[in-house]
This record gives sequence, structure tokens and C-alpha cells, in this order.
Amino acid sequence: MPGLVPGIHDFLSPGQDVVGRDKPGHDVAGSAGAVMTYIAKPKFHHPGLKKNELGYTHRDYEGKISTLCAGCGHDSITASIIEACYELSIEPHRVAKISGIGCSSKTPDYFLGNSHGFNSVHGRMPSVLTGANLANRDLIYLGVSGDGDSASIGFGQFAHSIRRAVNMTYIVENNGVYGLTKGQFSATADRGSKSKKGVTNTDNAIDLVAIALQLGATFVARSFSGDKTQLVPLIAAAIRHKGASFIDVISPCIAFNNHAGSTKSFDYVREHNDAVNRLDVLVGRDPISVDYAPGTVQVVEQHDGSRLALRKLDADYDPHDRLGAMTFLQKHAAKGQIVTGLLYVDPDAEDLHTHLDTVETPLNTLDEQALCPGSAVLDKINASLR
Amino acid sequence: MKPTDISAPDYFHKVVDCQWACPAHTPVPEYIRLIAEGRYSDAYMINWQSNVFPGILGRTCDRPCEPACRRGRVEDNPVAICRLKRVAADFKDDIKHRLPKPGPNNGKRVALVGGGPASLAVARDLAPLGYHCTVFDGDPKAGGMMRSQIPKFRLPDSVIDEETDYILNLGVEFKGGQRVDSLKQLLAENYDAIFVGSGAPRGRELDIPGRKEAAANIHIGIEWLANVSFGHVDKIGRRVIVLGGGNTAMDCCRTARRLGGESVKVIVRSGFEEMKASPWEKEDALHEDIPILNYMVPVAFKHVAGKLIGVTFQKVKAEYDAKGRRNLVPSGEPDETVPCDDVLVAVGQENAFPWIEADCGIEFDKWHMPKVDPKTFVSTNPKVFFGGDAAFGPKNIIWAVAHGHDAALSIHRLLSGEDINERPLPEVHVSSQKMGIHEWSYDNDISADKRFKVPHRDKVVALKDIRAEVELGYDLKLALGEAQRCLNCDVQTVFSAPLCIECDACVDICPMDCISFTENGEEDDLRQRLKAPSPHHDQALYVSGDLKTGRVMVKDEDVCLHCGLCAERCPTGAWDMQKYLIDMVQAGSTCQSKARSAA
Repeated sequence: MPGLVPGIHDFLSPGQDVVGRDKPGHDVAGSAGAVMTYIAKPKFHHPGLKKNELGYTHRDYEGKISTLCAGCGHDSITASIIEACYELSIEPHRVAKISGIGCSSKTPDYFLGNSHGFNSVHGRMPSVLTGANLANRDLIYLGVSGDGDSASIGFGQFAHSIRRAVNMTYIVENNGVYGLTKGQFSATADRGSKSKKGVTNTDNAIDLVAIALQLGATFVARSFSGDKTQLVPLIAAAIRHKGASFIDVISPCIAFNNHAGSTKSFDYVREHNDAVNRLDVLVGRDPISVDYAPGTVQVVEQHDGSRLALRKLDADYDPHDRLGAMTFLQKHAAKGQIVTGLLYVDPDAEDLHTHLDTVETPLNTLDEQALCPGSAVLDKINASLR
Repeated sequence: MKPTDISAPDYFHKVVDCQWACPAHTPVPEYIRLIAEGRYSDAYMINWQSNVFPGILGRTCDRPCEPACRRGRVEDNPVAICRLKRVAADFKDDIKHRLPKPGPNNGKRVALVGGGPASLAVARDLAPLGYHCTVFDGDPKAGGMMRSQIPKFRLPDSVIDEETDYILNLGVEFKGGQRVDSLKQLLAENYDAIFVGSGAPRGRELDIPGRKEAAANIHIGIEWLANVSFGHVDKIGRRVIVLGGGNTAMDCCRTARRLGGESVKVIVRSGFEEMKASPWEKEDALHEDIPILNYMVPVAFKHVAGKLIGVTFQKVKAEYDAKGRRNLVPSGEPDETVPCDDVLVAVGQENAFPWIEADCGIEFDKWHMPKVDPKTFVSTNPKVFFGGDAAFGPKNIIWAVAHGHDAALSIHRLLSGEDINERPLPEVHVSSQKMGIHEWSYDNDISADKRFKVPHRDKVVALKDIRAEVELGYDLKLALGEAQRCLNCDVQTVFSAPLCIECDACVDICPMDCISFTENGEEDDLRQRLKAPSPHHDQALYVSGDLKTGRVMVKDEDVCLHCGLCAERCPTGAWDMQKYLIDMVQAGSTCQSKARSAA
């Protein structure tokens, strides 16, 4: 991605002076073409908004206004990603957000409007992300996908990116339903749950968290779009994790999957949510808060120096025990409970670049001399293989 | 906190900051929307109903609405509410057919002392109800201080004539040139009620050495302005000092500039910021090359052979005591004498009631002000009412109008045999503005434009002609741009807790971070836990009842743009945008007897 240097815009910079108006309305800065029937989000922000280390408010991490249905859980995940990036003081131009197809995969347009983005083919986000990551290991990779994109058409892609330990944050916005085609069950819909029209799902569900654990993801979490206090720190921790981070976010579809009988509705998830822990992400010099009762907090230091303070809600749950996590999940799933929180983390994880022993310099910035060291070097390599 | 009772008429009224701040409670956003739609006559009539003098106030109002304007908390400057009022007046069609007609005579006679804004507002409200109103004024034409003290380059006679005629043509009898010299005599004429709107007609003296000796060149500001207004004075010396820091001082100095004053200075005891003059009036004076010198206290008029040659000032500085009170103390610098040919003294106005005899039943307080009930405006004589500057000392036109409405209501109730202390509740209308998906009856697209400047006449031209109006007013393009800056604060965000599914869509979309879902608590505690800081405790928190998760919705009204995005993104219609209109009760409001619902 060399050459792409998105500017960081001061949203409140004074606009062009206007000398009166001929018609009511708003100056749309440089946007031509189709305009949705509703207004752009006003650029004004609360005068007392806090700024992060870079001098940005959380509004500076927004993208375009969402075109999803009103109340969509995905919009809350968008807001959570914005909040996490703001809190981590991430430079927007250092992020690549990559998605596939579906309601979920539209969302990268709605956050980080000054980041790199790639809206790929259905189910192919993981391979595009893997390729981008190989070419430029310096960016932060945010893969955004849905249950259709990752559990159906892209199931294989999902599996291989996880098992290869690509350094990324892979977020599935999971609503259990094909919203864009009017509400058929998706592969993550629970067996026995009912569609909006009253049809019962007879197929077994894919639990992406279980698969990710089995395939060796080194950061695995589940959360709920309706619980930002849980979700925002999870996203922040995942971004700071080196290796394959996977977050399954249950995200109710207001239009097709928020009725009685659904297991992905606001009401159902709130009633059956079993959070094993609460997370605080501590970056830099932040001292650990003294508010925690002794013995209730487990501090995990990640590879990059960030620390995760885990407040245990379930005393017996150990987020370092992959096998235990898998059993715990299955047991609770059988009881109809949705386990959320940071389910597994390996703070010393390695990633694909480590495995491949690539150079520290991003491959896309290597010059010709480094890439084509000449026939003498080639001969040497060939000789070593004889 | 308890759930907010949005049916209390004041709750939403306070959210419309401008309307709440306006003494007459003019529905500002409503008329600004009409201006944006090009409906100038309708915008004018809304103003006329509420503040009686839209054309006059659109040029001269002290604008209590503008510092209150929400836009001023969102960006640098409030909406130019005052000058948009003038737009309505400037661009309206002939509205005479829309004015009320004189009512059939009800046999009751009301005398009004003084022909200024307070009396005229009373007459405006009472004449259509059939009262015979007689206005007495010492000046030949109606208008009072609006005509005599406000310079023509700020307020042309034509505007005063038009708007006073609208009232006098309601069958009001105007007795110009007839100053009331005796209340006793007026009472003897058996009026059913008397309203005193005689203003604060006396300019305060400045009794320092040399005042008597140099009297020929020392003028009391408001008297001098009146003399200029009526053509008795048409020139002044080359070097002029204006003493005082209020709006009268600003009118004096700018008038002096036009009558031959080449070097005009305003010299004030206080600092620049604490001056009583409105900021824009100070700006206009500075623009006309009039320096304002601060922290100088006049101690003597210097004179030679009966001729004024200058004013001596003591230099002071501001010191603040432990309680933060300001004291002006000598700075220790030597006194300074500023040479001049004429001095205009504009150091305040006083009430004067030499014409009210002791046995009229009117009691006065220790400050020699009549005892007036602040709600009903009745004096200690049940037939005599006071309003405007005559009631509570010098304020401004919009207060006089507001007093007039209240006094008229009292007079109407008194003469209808009702208790004047019972004030009917205002009528409130709240109605949804939803027209369709993402479609509202109002333009919710927030304009990012900065405040538009009102064009001024070229300074050289303006200074040559004392009758040439300096402000030219917005043209239609500028008016539309400025009107679009209004945030439509009267279109209220209305929340229904039972419909809410706590999906956070409103929280996520709100551009101002106004909305939080959180555990309930006491107000001070809640304000600490909102999504964005909540520094303005005078701005209400809108708190819902308990939601399914046990939390509540809390909205800080402070900087809400009323863009309606919360309602657009709400999947269940728990948020709705509803327009709030409050009809302030005036004498003759229709359906007085109808049971009033608060909202």
C-alpha cells in the first residue's frame, strides 16, 4: 500500500466562507452523486470532548454515516471500534480495515474514515488481509466480517487465516441471519431457534469461537453489541495482541432476528449472557487501579507491553487454558448460555511473520537490491539445496 | 433522579433558550423557520403578536435571546436573532388586513400615561377587546423614548410611524403634546383603569466642580438626544467628551460625530468589559473612530470665563476584595485633563414622578419608586398600573412590552370582574414532526456557516447624514444563510421509555454525545457519569423512567443540535421529534375559559 497516504482532517476547520445562500441546506463538501435521503452527521461536536494523545476526539475516528437499518447491532460495534482506536491513540493512517460482503462488511465505511480500506469479495476478507499483512507488516489489520461471510462462504478462508496466525483483529458481527436477503437462518443460528416467520431451525450451529480456539487463535473473545463496556476493552486488547485475535460479537438484527424465539435478540442475549470476566486494557504507564479486591484480578502482560487487567466474574475460569475454555464453552452452550468475555489469551504468541522468518522491514518497502541480490546469491542458495 | 415531567409547560420552554430568555417569550425558532421558507409576513405576525414592535426591536433590541442561544454554546456565535426579526419586518407584504380590528365598544375607558412601548403594548392588547384607550404624551407623536432618544441613524422615523400607527389605528385615542401633570386630575376623570408607562425620563446629573459655571457646554445625554431628534439641536463643538458607558453614551457619541464632533471620546469610570453598553454598540462606536477610554473618573469641569475648556479625570484601577467585589481605587497616576468644547453626560437615568400627588393612593418605596406587584403590575391603588421603566427603573424596550402584556391582562381581568392574581396558564401544543422515514417537517440538516455580518452603510456616507440608517439589514440571501443557522430548539427530542430496547443507536449517532444510558443516581452524581462533560447545570437533564435493564436514559439538553438523528436511528420510535409551541396568555387570548392542558 505504498503511495496511499490518507490525510487526517480537522473536522472543525472553518469551511469556505459563504456569501449568503440561494437555497436552504448544507454545503456538501465535494461529494457528488447519490446522497442518501437522510442528512450527514453534523460536524459539530461537544465542546468539552476529551482528546487523546494525538489530539483527536473520538469523533475524529468516525467514517461516513451508517446506511444500515436503524438500531442495527453492527452500528454499536462500529462505535466500539471507534472508541477503542480513540482510546489507544491509534493513528488512523496506520490501520487497514478489510471486509467481505454483507451488512457487517459494509461497516468499515462507517468508522476510521482516514484509514486504508478494502472491501473484498464475499468470504475472501481473510486471504486479502493475509496478503496485505505479508506485504506490509507495519499496519494494524482489522478484518471485519459477518456470520455469512465467515461461517458459510468464507468458512475455509476464516479457518486458514486463524491457523496461520496472521497478526490481525478478526471481528465477526454475528446476527445469526442473512439480513440482506431478508432473514434466512445463517450457519451460526442455533438449532431450535425460530425465524421471524416462525420456522424452526433444524441445522446445527457453527460456533466460531470454538473453531477459533481449536485452530490455535491466540486471542479469543466473545461479546455483545449491546454491552460496550465489555466490548470496547476487548477490541482494544485484541488490537494490541500480536497474533491472530478473534472476537465473535453477537449483534442483533433488528429487522429479522430480534423476536421471541431468536437466540440472537437483545432480550435473549441479555438474559443468557454469562460473562466470565471484565477487562481493562492498560497501556503505557497507567497504574493498575487499586479499586480491585485482592485475588479478583489477573494481570496479563502482552508482548507489546500492554497489560490486561482481568476482573474475574467466574472464579474458576482460566483464560490461559485452551482446553478448559473449549469444555467450558460446550458445557454452557448446552445449557443455553452465551459465554462472553476474554475466553483465551496467549500473551507470548507468535505470528505468521515470525513463522516465516521474514525481515523486519515491510516487504513492500524493500528496494530492488534487497529483493534481487544477484546471481551469486542465487547460486549460493541453490548450492545449499543440493 | 425522578423521571423528567415533560408535560410541565416550563420544561420544554427552557430548552428553547432564546424564547425562555425573551421577556415577551417570542417563539424565535418558529419565526426563523418562516423566514427560511420566505414567509416574511407570517414571521412578522408571530413577532407582532408577541413583541408588538418587530421592526423597531429588530434594530434596537438589547437581545437577551442571543447570549442564551444554544448555537453560542456549540460554536463561536449565536444566531443573529435580532437582525432576522428585522428581516421579517423589511420583507413582509402589507399586513394591515391581518391586524385585529377595533372591538365593539365595551364601555370601559383606560388612560395610558406616556406614549412609549409599555403604554402602546397595553393599548394594542386592550383596544381590540373594545376598551377605549387614551394615550397621553408630552411629545407630539407616539413612540416615547423610541422616538426621542434612539438616533435616527439606528431607527428611522418611518419604522416608528408604521408600528405605532398599527396600534393607534385600532381605535386608540392619542393625545400628543398633552403631558399629564397631575394623577389626581386624571383620576378625577373617572377612567376605569390607568396605566403609567411614563418611562425613566430624567438623566442623572454629574455634580462636580465647574458644572454650574460651564453649564452652557454641558448637556444631559437623553435630553440632548431628544433635542437632536426633534430638530432643536443640529450642531456640537469640534471636540466632544461623552461621560458614561451605557447605550445612551454610545448613542450620544455617534450622534455627536454626525453634528460636527470631529474628535469625540467616550470616557468611562469602569473597565471596557464591565461597561453597560451592549458589545455591538461599543463596536459600532469604535468603528466610527470614537475611542473609549476606561478607568477614568471625572473630578472637575475646567472652564475659563464661563467657557468649558476640558474635563479633569482621576485615574483609577480595579481591585477585587475577598468576596470578588470590584472596587475602583486611585491608581496613583497624576490626574489628566482632557480638553474639549462640549460634554455629554450619560451616566444613567432616573425615574421621576413629580406629577403623582401624595393622596392618590400610590405608595412609594425608599428609593422613591412606586410599589408595584411584579406579576400583575398593579400599584397600591387598585385602578392604577405601572409598566416599563416607570415600574422598575430603566431596562429596555422588550421588557416594557412584556410588562405591557401582563398589565393589560390585569386590567382586562379587573374590568371583567375577575381576580387579577389568577393568571391563566399558557396553552402548549406539542406535535410530532415526522413526515416519513428520514423525513421531518423541518430542515434538520445543521448548517456549519458562521454568523453572517449585517451590511453597513459606507462610513463616510453614514457620518455625513444623521438620518442615514447605518445598518442596511440582511438581504434575502444573507437572511436565508443566517436563518439556516438556527438549531430549531423548539423541535424537541421526546423519549418513550416503554418503547426503548436499549440498542444504543441513539447514543452512537448523536453528534454531541448528549445521550447516555446508565444507572440512575442523584443529579450531581449523574452529571459525572455522562458520555460527555456536563458543565452547565442550568441546562436540564432529561431522565427517563427505568428501562428493561434497570438503567435509565439521560439526555443532557445543553448542546443538543435538535438534528433528529436519534429519532432517525431509533428502530422502535422511542425517540420522536415534536414541535413545542407555547401561546403566552395575553389579554384577549381566545378560549380563556377553556380548560388548559399543560402539554
